[in-house]
Order: sequence, then structure tokens, then C-alpha cells
Amino acid sequence: MTETLDQPTEQGVSGAEIRLEKVTKKYPNTAAPAVEEFSMTIPAGKVVVFVGPSGCGKTTTMRMINRMVEPTSGVITIGGQDALSLDADELRRGIGYAIQQAGLFPHYTVAQNIAVVPGLLKWDKKRIDARVEEMMDLVGLDPGTFAKRLPRQLSGGQQQRVGVARALAADPPVLLMDEPFGAVDPITRGNLQDELLRLQSELGKTIVFVTHDFDEAVKLGDKIAVLGDRSSIQQYDTPDAILANPANDTVAGFVGAGASLKQLTLMRVRDVQYHTDEVLAVGDHERPAAVAEKLTKAGRVYALVLDARKRPQRWVHVRELAGRQDLSTVGKPVGDSVSVQSTLQDALEAILTEGGRAVVTGNRGELLGTIDIDTVTSVIANVREEHAGDEA
Amino acid sequence: MTAVAEGLAGISETRSFEEKPSVARRSDRIRLFIQPIAVVVIVAAVLTWVLAGDLNANESETLNLPTILTLTGQHILITLVVSVLVVVIAVPLGIALTRPALKWLSPVFLAIANIGQAAPALGVIVLFFLWTGIEGLWAVSIPLIFYTLLPVLRNTMVGIQQVDRSLIDAGRGIGMSASGVLFKVELPLAVPLILAGLRTALVLAVGTATLAFFVNGGGLGELIDTGYKLQLNSVMYVGAVLAIGLALLVDWLGGMAEVWLSPKGASE
Repeated sequence: MTETLDQPTEQGVSGAEIRLEKVTKKYPNTAAPAVEEFSMTIPAGKVVVFVGPSGCGKTTTMRMINRMVEPTSGVITIGGQDALSLDADELRRGIGYAIQQAGLFPHYTVAQNIAVVPGLLKWDKKRIDARVEEMMDLVGLDPGTFAKRLPRQLSGGQQQRVGVARALAADPPVLLMDEPFGAVDPITRGNLQDELLRLQSELGKTIVFVTHDFDEAVKLGDKIAVLGDRSSIQQYDTPDAILANPANDTVAGFVGAGASLKQLTLMRVRDVQYHTDEVLAVGDHERPAAVAEKLTKAGRVYALVLDARKRPQRWVHVRELAGRQDLSTVGKPVGDSVSVQSTLQDALEAILTEGGRAVVTGNRGELLGTIDIDTVTSVIANVREEHAGDEA
Repeated sequence: MTAVAEGLAGISETRSFEEKPSVARRSDRIRLFIQPIAVVVIVAAVLTWVLAGDLNANESETLNLPTILTLTGQHILITLVVSVLVVVIAVPLGIALTRPALKWLSPVFLAIANIGQAAPALGVIVLFFLWTGIEGLWAVSIPLIFYTLLPVLRNTMVGIQQVDRSLIDAGRGIGMSASGVLFKVELPLAVPLILAGLRTALVLAVGTATLAFFVNGGGLGELIDTGYKLQLNSVMYVGAVLAIGLALLVDWLGGMAEVWLSPKGASE
């Protein structure tokens, strides 16, 4: 029932805002409520990750949004509409739902699994077929190869892709994901996370994502809600802010060691000021003596040798230049390099392997500059300073 | 589609498409192939041997094609009535007893069905006859329903209960109604077990239908009975072999139904 939910027309956003007000879930025969007076606004088109220890109520909270768990009290609106007044089944047809191990129907083919919700919405067959194909393309599964397969003929990662395709099939403005990548191996999980980010950049859904993996939360979330007992909100902020300045000991404990290292995964080389003052030498043309002179003038000891297309080739020390006729063989080859899209974590890795400066290259491998450890440390220092003021 | 996705899809395609059937499954397949042939060959051999041989007057009175066909027909009819009614009663009952509202009743019904199966079939048939005084088809069918209910009832319940909870959660979560999940997910996935229960029930029914002659229900038991009373071994042979052949054939049909009616992908 996507039609029944308001969809903001803001460019690139097809999601709807979700508001929870004093939402409480109390199970009969239990002393304490599972979720107590939970209030939160989840902005349209953003990924909000609920993260917290097992049993903290994060899944229960998420499941109240599509009323898989009926709230005991409180108000939930999706795109301004009261979710509790709609028929629960119809409400759920307008909300994508992806769970751990995908929950694919084993006796349905991949195509049939994806077609379930459009079928429930009574789309005509042609429209469903077209949509199934579109969805399979979207999640990177070739329809010709996979449409007629049964779930058990797929790998875990492929099943999870189908799960996401099924959740998105009716183009719901809101997507709920309950540890969807919890049961796949780390490499596949990383790929699925990248895929989800790519999808989200195209689709702009409102996504509520539950995980107990803080690193996953940092990678995927526009905002992270760290939840404690009875789903109490410990901190609700951007990953950046939570890493730089955890609100309390619970959050700090959850962030764990290495907050600064995690921070590095959030920033990309293009966001920082890297060095562009290297002494350069284009291998085929310049004489070693001229390069040595340039180095002395600049007060440096290393020059970077490029090829004719400006691609970095070797680092040359000034001492190696003495008595050489040309630059084609001297120096140490450039090893690890990073692109402007690389994270600062990748950059740090390259800096450590290169033992000083790492080369930053553009899309065609051409030199843009270099980055060193001082760049990285000053970025971290800046972020800490920036968030030092905003106590939660 | 990104290059990463393409690469991934390519790599994981190495996962084998056809899984190797287990030894049990292979033996099942061989059995499904050999069983009907064996039945036909043995029954044909015995019938030719008996019918082609010299029969005395007593023997030829029972051992003629019309009589044999009639008795076999009666036997099949009893089996058919019992199995149809068992399915009609036990499957809906089994479904009802797995619904949250009626779950508390399931021990009661399972106990009744257990008692039904534990009691000797002949005792149940005779008791039912003594109570009601009816004879013939229904006098044997109704007690046999009681006797053969358990496998179908229990397997329907277990079949539905063993459906992965996460599938039901997923179904409800994407907006399927409770009945939608029942009919499109739970029941189809329970079909293999329900059919296995039905196969057991069928074999029980076809076997115990040989007792129908006690209450004038006819069936192949009558051949055995006549042969015993009149000391005609040939008649007993034919009755026994036909009863066994019919049971094996029914079991084979049940096996075929399991193979052909189970949804693909439902079992490991």
C-alpha cells in the first residue's frame, strides 16, 4: 500500500519520516516493560541503525514500527500517518522487511519470492514480471540465471540479496532490516553492506537497521541510536559524533577500543588536505642532476618519478642520483597507493606499508598528491575538537 | 549492477546445482521402481499357477475371476473410504490444533488418536459392531478410521510445527495474512510429512481391511477365511498374496505421491 503513505518529493528521497512517541511494550507477566517510552524521529531517506547488546529491546522496537509487535501504548506515525490505525497486514505491505537468513520461502523460486508483495497488492502479472526483473538487476542477480532457482540453490549472500529484493519489490518508502547480514561470512557481509549503501544512494529509502555490530552501524548509518536496557536511548547521533564523543560509559563501552581507527573508516581522502608539494620528475625527460638540484633547492631528499602519463613510478633518494645518466632504473618502486575515494583507514594502511608518504592518485592513476601520518592525526584531532562541545 | 556484484555472483555460482541424493533417498528411488514390478510379477505368477491348475469344485467356487475381482474391489473400497475420510478429518483437525487458539487441545486429541492406534484393530472392529449392530462397509470403515487417524493427525501437526518460525515471521512481516501464511507457506511445507503420514495410514488401512470379513465387510480376508475353514490351501495362498500385493501397491502409490506432490525445495 505505498499509495496510502505520504512520500516526500524531495529529490532522491523516496522514504517517509517515521516518528515514535512514548512507545512502550509490556508483555504480560513481566515486571519491567521490554521497551519503555521510546521516542525518536527517524528522518525521511536516512539510514538509522539501532545498535545495542542482545536483549536490549532493539528488535522489539523495530518490530513495533510494522506492528509485528503491537505496542502497549504510544504513537507511531509513518509519513505523518498513524500506523496503529491501519490494518496491520496492509500496513506491512507498505513497509519493506528483511530479516536474518533472508527468510525466503524454500518452495518458491527466486522470482516467486520477490513477487510475493506485488502479488498481495494485486498488481497485474506483466507489471509483476517486469518489477521482478528490475529488482534482480538492482541487487546484482542476473534474472536469466537466477529467476527460476530455488533458495537452497543459492549461496548465503545471494539469498540475502533476494531477501533485500523482496523487501524492495513494492517500492515501499520504509525498509526495516533486522540483522540481515548477520549470518553471512565477513567478506560477503562487507560486499552486501557496500551494495546496500549503493542501493540507498539511488533509492533514498528510510531504513531502520538493527544490528549488534557497532562497526556495521558506523559503516551503514546516517545516524546511530545506541540502545541500552528496555530500549533506552543512550545516544542518537551521527557515527562521527558518537565516535568522537560518546555520551556516557555505556556508549563508550559499546564503541569499544579503537574509536579513532573507526573514525578513519568514515572519512575519505578527498575530504582531507593532502600534500601537493612533492618534488616531481618525469622519468623520460629529466636528467638526474637536474632533479638533484631541484631537491636541494626545495630542501627535500626524496623525489617522485612519474611516467609520461603522470602516473607515479618510483621514489628516488637524492643520494641515488649521483653519477646516474637517466632516471629509468633508480629508486624504490611505489607500492601501495590510495585514490581520493579511499577511506583514511586505507590511507593509513598505505602510509604504514610505504613507511612515510603514500601516493594519492586520481581515477586514471595520475598523481594528485601524497598523504602522510601528520595529515591523518590532524584530521582526528580536528574531529575531536569539533564534537567536544556537543555533550548529549 | 556493479563489477563487485557480478564477480560475487560468478564466484558463488560454483556452488553445486544438483545435490547428491543421500543413500536413503537412492534406496527409496530404487524401491519405487522395483516394488510395482515385483508385485505384478508375483501376483500374476500365483494367479496363473492357481487358476491354471486343477481346481476341485470347492476351490473353483471361490477361485474364479469374478469372485476375486469383487473381493479385491471391496478391499480397495474399504481402503479408499478410510483414507479419504482420514484425510478429510485428520488434516483439518491437525491444522486447527496448531492454531494458537486451539493449541491447548492438541494433547487431548493426540491422546485419543494414540489410544485408537494402540488398541488392536480387530478389537475395535468387533466392539464397534457389538455397539452399533451395523454390518458391511461402514462397520469396518469407521473403526479403521479411528485406528488409522494417528499417523496423519500427528504428521500434519508436526509438519506444520516444524516449519521454520522465521519463514512465518517473514511472511507476516511482508504483509501476508495469517491464513495466507498457512495456505501458502505452512501447509505446502508440511505436505511431505502429511503425505508420509497418509502413506502409513494407507498401509495400516489396507492391512487391517483383511479383518472386514468378521463384520460382513468382504475384502480379501474372506479368501483367507474360506481357505482356512474349508482347508483349501490354494484359496488361502491367493487371498494372502493378493492382500500383500495390494498393500505393497498402496504403499508404492503413497511413495509416488510423496515424490510428485511434495513441493520442490521443501525438503533438504
